Amino acid sequence: MKRLGFIINPIAGLGGRVGLKGTDGMAEAAMALGGLPSAPQKGARALTGLAENRLGKEGVLLLTPPGVMGETMARAAGFSPCVADLDLAEKTSGADTIAAARKIKALGADLLLFAGGDGTARDICAALGESLPCIGIPAGVKIHSPVFARTPEAAGQLARLFLEGKSSRVCEQEVLDIDEQAYRTGRVSTKLFGYLKVPDERGCMQNRKAGTPISQKASQNLIGLAMIDAMEPDVFYLVGPGTTTRPILSNLNLGHTLLGVDVVQNRQMVKMDAAEKLILEIIKGHPFKIIVTPIGGQGYLFGRGNHQFSPEIIRQAGKQNIWVGATLEKIGSLKGEPFLVDTGDPDTDRMLAGYIRVVTGYRQEMIYPVV
Amino acid sequence: MERIDRSARVRENFHQAKWDEPIIFELSTKGERGIQVPRAEAHIRDSVGDGISLLPSHMRRAVPPALPEISQPRVLRHYMRLSQETLGADVNIEIGQGTCTVKYSPKINEVLARLPQITELHPLQDPQTVQGILEIFHRTEGMLKEISGLERFTFQPGGGSQGIFAMASMAYKYFEDKGEEKVRDEIITTLYSHPSDAAAPSVKGYKIIHIPPDKDGYPDFEAFKMAVGERTAGFFVANPEDTGVYNSRILEFTTLIHENGGLCGYDQANANGLLGVTRAREAGFDMCFFNLHKTFSTPHGCGGPACGVTGVTKALEPHLPGPLIIKKEDNSFGFDTSFLTDPRSVGKVRSFYGVAPVVLKAYSWIMSLGAEGLYEVAKVAVLNNNYLYKKLMEIPCVDAPYIRGRQRIEQVRYTIERLTRETGITSGDIQRRMMDFGMHYWTSHHPYHIPEPITLEPTETPSRDDLDEYIATLKHVFQEAYDTPEIIRTAPHRSVCHQVDGSPSDDPDQWAITWRSYLRKTAAN
Repeated sequence: MKRLGFIINPIAGLGGRVGLKGTDGMAEAAMALGGLPSAPQKGARALTGLAENRLGKEGVLLLTPPGVMGETMARAAGFSPCVADLDLAEKTSGADTIAAARKIKALGADLLLFAGGDGTARDICAALGESLPCIGIPAGVKIHSPVFARTPEAAGQLARLFLEGKSSRVCEQEVLDIDEQAYRTGRVSTKLFGYLKVPDERGCMQNRKAGTPISQKASQNLIGLAMIDAMEPDVFYLVGPGTTTRPILSNLNLGHTLLGVDVVQNRQMVKMDAAEKLILEIIKGHPFKIIVTPIGGQGYLFGRGNHQFSPEIIRQAGKQNIWVGATLEKIGSLKGEPFLVDTGDPDTDRMLAGYIRVVTGYRQEMIYPVV
Repeated sequence: MERIDRSARVRENFHQAKWDEPIIFELSTKGERGIQVPRAEAHIRDSVGDGISLLPSHMRRAVPPALPEISQPRVLRHYMRLSQETLGADVNIEIGQGTCTVKYSPKINEVLARLPQITELHPLQDPQTVQGILEIFHRTEGMLKEISGLERFTFQPGGGSQGIFAMASMAYKYFEDKGEEKVRDEIITTLYSHPSDAAAPSVKGYKIIHIPPDKDGYPDFEAFKMAVGERTAGFFVANPEDTGVYNSRILEFTTLIHENGGLCGYDQANANGLLGVTRAREAGFDMCFFNLHKTFSTPHGCGGPACGVTGVTKALEPHLPGPLIIKKEDNSFGFDTSFLTDPRSVGKVRSFYGVAPVVLKAYSWIMSLGAEGLYEVAKVAVLNNNYLYKKLMEIPCVDAPYIRGRQRIEQVRYTIERLTRETGITSGDIQRRMMDFGMHYWTSHHPYHIPEPITLEPTETPSRDDLDEYIATLKHVFQEAYDTPEIIRTAPHRSVCHQVDGSPSDDPDQWAITWRSYLRKTAAN
């Protein structure tokens, strides 16, 4: 029997309709303004998509926290869930999500479906890292992380395909969140918090025109190889975070840090996870290049998740020494919107604005706008 | 007696043939055979020989091929059944195959191509014995010159991608001749041009630079200006692109390329909206190709014989692949074999000089229409498309990005993102459900830049009734997405087979493209 974890963050989405940009630490204020919980219904919609699976409701054992965090909706959808032994707070918070995710993993889940937003994804990421495949049911106010399915039904459908063994491939996707406190005051500040393993939806797409379009992972590898081929002796390469830049290091048989900047010279690691000050010391008086990839779904080249690249470093490099890598799929996810920069320094932002060459594959580039 | 009501547009009672037919190798029984032709009498054998010994010994098989052994009626049943399990152009209203351009091809042209005078031709025959077909090649070339404004054509490329490859190869030779081939190593194309415009030059070794669309869907001219430089070998582009948006500033693009010393190649695989309206030469192109099956109705060969006829200006003529067909001074036809000795020629991109039956069908189609007829083809193709466009845009869940309220050329890439958001039903789901109503709806929307895309391309051949039937069926399925989405998610229900798992296509270990490899890969089971 397949075991499917099912967690609802019951307060996700509360802040949306009442204009609070999110619900982190604001649940009560949102309720007072008349916010209505929508996550439970969205979770239930995902379960309807799932219920049509070939294994039948009996073939899937739902593992869920008690009450509003999953049990209620699971029973309403006709499942007989295994309820995790958890003491939930009366007003649930991120701590409950983390505890529930850990408990569900311990119960031997094959996959976790969770309903919430970016904040919930962060909690799941903190609890599980990449130890269990997850699918996000979009139910929060902020849905920036590409760990969410397009719709609740699509989440259920993807879970079904995964459990039926029809879509067994998983890929790492970014968990992004903005600082809501700052956002409410008009500043956008996104951070990359880590990665979740997500079933690869592309793997269950049917009826392609011809052949197999190469996977995101293969494209990233080709970008890495193209950049390695273009590397020059003695130049320092500051490799920024992201799954796109990672193959550069793995193809050189070097390690990488998940969220940091790694410095490479002559195909050797000079410094892993270098902070701004150290980078400035290393590059002083030497030629260097910055390698970055836009944050998926948003398109930020600088200022989100790679603050190590300070305006000082970017200015020293100059636009011509910035290598950008992004798969065509990733560029497509921007839906025609330009790359964005927010270095914190308007002059540096202006220097970066215009157009930039992006490596999209092996000997394949695109000229893309930057704002 | 009651009349049967046939008024419904949507074919809810449709069900496709489903034969559960084995692979032909599985039908083989040792010793089973077809119809035996009696052996020739001894005196006949004595006078003409056994036939086989006429073949040179190195061309004779030592061991007979391992073909399946089956009786003639069973073979016939097998292929008849397979043919019924398709949704081909002669069975459904084939407008759901945008970018592939499937038009109805008049059967009269097929009849001509099946005459023994054509089917029994061999490309190695003495030119004196094939003057007729050579003349048809020559005349067809003359008409393509008129349609494009270019000056010399080769029929050698076996399809569009090979035509693009020929253009990339000629660009290489052109710069080799100038000693610039090492420097000029970039080909620029646009995101919505056919992906072969990037893929084929890449095979030739070029680096590919993509230009994204601007807000209106035109290639971003500012990005283009940044892309063009001393490394630019060429600009390969489709116009209109696969969105149906026509870039009327194309001359500015080609001019900029020429100012920087590059060459321009026009992907006119599908020229349905352009015939008699605009030409490659006036748009500033040095090269172009047509897919005879897309525009000139030869028809689509499902990967079979085709022709990506490729043309060039006078300046590029020495670089064409050979042999070219020429009309000699004595008015007879023959071959120009200068490619064998001229180092400026790309040599050959394929054997011989083009697929004769395909060229004949194109010739016959053009002759049956005449110049006015070709212009009318373009007008009707654009009219059909814009009728469909208007009707579909009236459906709330359908949208089409770019140039709102303005005409498209011969196709449109729509999006049903709203339907997906509201119901969870995707374009891929709709595709499978359309089959339940006997409608083909294809998914060639590369590079999947527009979310939940549908690409429809009616061409000039469907009637208004056909278009209305297709629209009614689409509407019906969209409504189902809101009312009974599960029926779409689990579709098809009335097709040859139900949902199949597509994920093995990402895993080479699960590919078996021959019977032998299937046996080998399943041997352990």
